[in-house]
Amino acid sequence: MKKYTFTEKQDTRSGFGDGMTELGRTNPKVVTLCADLVGSLKTATFIKENPERFFQTGIAEANMMGISAGLTIGGFIPYPTTFANFGSGRVYDQIRQSIAYSDKNVKIAVSHAGLTLGEDGATHQILEDIAMMRAMPNMTVINPCDYNQTKAATIALASHVGPAYLRFGRPKVPVFTDPNQKFEIGKAWMVNEGTDVSIFATGHLVWEAIQAGETLAEKGISAEIINIHTIKPLDTEAILKSVRKTKCVVTCEEHQANGGLGDAVAQVLSQNFIAPQEYIAVNDSFGESGKPEQLMAKYGLSAENIIEKALKVIGRKN
Amino acid sequence: MQIKELQDIASQVRRDIVRMVHGCASGHPGGSLGCTDLLVALYFQQMKINNRKGKGGHLSFKMDGIGEDLFFLSNGHISPLFYSVLSRRGYFDAAEMATFRKLNTRLQGHPTTHEGLPGIRVASGSLGQGMSVAIGTALAKKLNGDDRNVFVLMGDGEQQEGQVWEAAQFAPHHKVDNLIAIIDLNGQQIDGSTEEVMANRDLKAKYKAFGWRVMEIADGNDMEQVVKGLRKAKRISGKGEPIMILMKTEMGAGVDFMMGSHKWHGIAPNDEQLAAALAQLPETIGDY
Repeated sequence: MKKYTFTEKQDTRSGFGDGMTELGRTNPKVVTLCADLVGSLKTATFIKENPERFFQTGIAEANMMGISAGLTIGGFIPYPTTFANFGSGRVYDQIRQSIAYSDKNVKIAVSHAGLTLGEDGATHQILEDIAMMRAMPNMTVINPCDYNQTKAATIALASHVGPAYLRFGRPKVPVFTDPNQKFEIGKAWMVNEGTDVSIFATGHLVWEAIQAGETLAEKGISAEIINIHTIKPLDTEAILKSVRKTKCVVTCEEHQANGGLGDAVAQVLSQNFIAPQEYIAVNDSFGESGKPEQLMAKYGLSAENIIEKALKVIGRKN
Repeated sequence: MQIKELQDIASQVRRDIVRMVHGCASGHPGGSLGCTDLLVALYFQQMKINNRKGKGGHLSFKMDGIGEDLFFLSNGHISPLFYSVLSRRGYFDAAEMATFRKLNTRLQGHPTTHEGLPGIRVASGSLGQGMSVAIGTALAKKLNGDDRNVFVLMGDGEQQEGQVWEAAQFAPHHKVDNLIAIIDLNGQQIDGSTEEVMANRDLKAKYKAFGWRVMEIADGNDMEQVVKGLRKAKRISGKGEPIMILMKTEMGAGVDFMMGSHKWHGIAPNDEQLAAALAQLPETIGDY
């Protein structure tokens, strides 16, 4: 039975903004900061309703991360916001020392991750942030798949203690998860059970994986689709259970192949259960300008590519 | 507490610093000795800190520091000074200083919260980050209706980090007037004098231009001047502007052969040098 229903297209960052609005009304400890991108991060309602709980830092991301760390010392739960590129690579050391190593309860919330930022091109896209944040001790890494899940993750993070990196995108993508879902950090979400191939997807690619699964079903192939919204801590139990059954896996992410979800899964499999794996990811390349769907096609991140890799990996089974 | 008492504590703290650095044959004695008077004045007289005792008779430490004045050390390499002052003030046993920079210690080379050492609120070592953290904590105090101040110490070489100027811009813009920042002007950094390596030029004019209330302590190794300066800073805080104290110190202050050169920024004394240093620093509270 289907566990998803397509309703409309909406951007994940609006899910973040609406999650913040709700937190503003329900959790007096939640504060947000922004480095001159309020419109992009969709926090206008939170700011309007809680002006004293918002800090504009100007275009100064390093300072924003440090101020966030300081705010936690007084008991607040800061959500510093910017584009993913400027909220990870640009301030890696600030996050490392002042937030992660210092174990500060900061929720770094970043939009415009991945390729599908589109026309702005490679300087504003980032395909390495999951790798960086996964490598950092203490850091929780979350990459939700649609509007509803991003909203739920935003809200759930306020009750989670410790540093976290919440990553979402810019384009409008199908909304298909439950609007009233409970977001469980570190618990993979089984979208569709299957027996022939495991497809583990994260972020915007979960919908592509679902589309691929439907086409594969028409071909008589039973794909198990799992949404890995939390990349760290990784739900190794769900991963192993699935691959032990299907004996092969395709991982799907809008990120570099190096160091992302695929590598995280490979690390688990190599130590527990060897199985053939194929990657849907960007292969050691920067992005470029273009429309999101054009970029998805050019860099091999679409449902068609997932089908192709699924058939290939099934063929590699012993 | 009288000036003389503070000076006596400072002498003991200086002994701790040279002994700690000697004990592990690494660390940063120069800047630590230079800032000793400031930290002693802050922790033993000028800052309001919670005096309640907890486990083992040590001062009870609360991370949120509500109702307390808080201090952040941005130039984390002068950790031996920070550890000595925290310990002598009562946060942990003085004996623990013997573990400085050794395996399994809570007294890491640079301060961290990671090992759970009471008194430390954020890790520092990678330079330029402390003032941002102090600003965040000062903002939290305002949100909490807590009228105490937040102090942060930076080095003069550290002013070369870009993040310092992001923070310098933010604090006056947002009227963070419960922030008292101090720059240790000892004029030295690892590769030489700051004048040679990357001159600060007129820090007073720079911070003024950014919107800070700037004041000076001409001799940061004169306890009387330090105390007077901190009193003034507290008096003028809370009036819409962040406070910047430019404090001249001598690297290595208290140990004649460590003074006046960048050489003692990051090296440890040998046995002979340690003896020579200790001979100049009277034991007052008792060595660990």
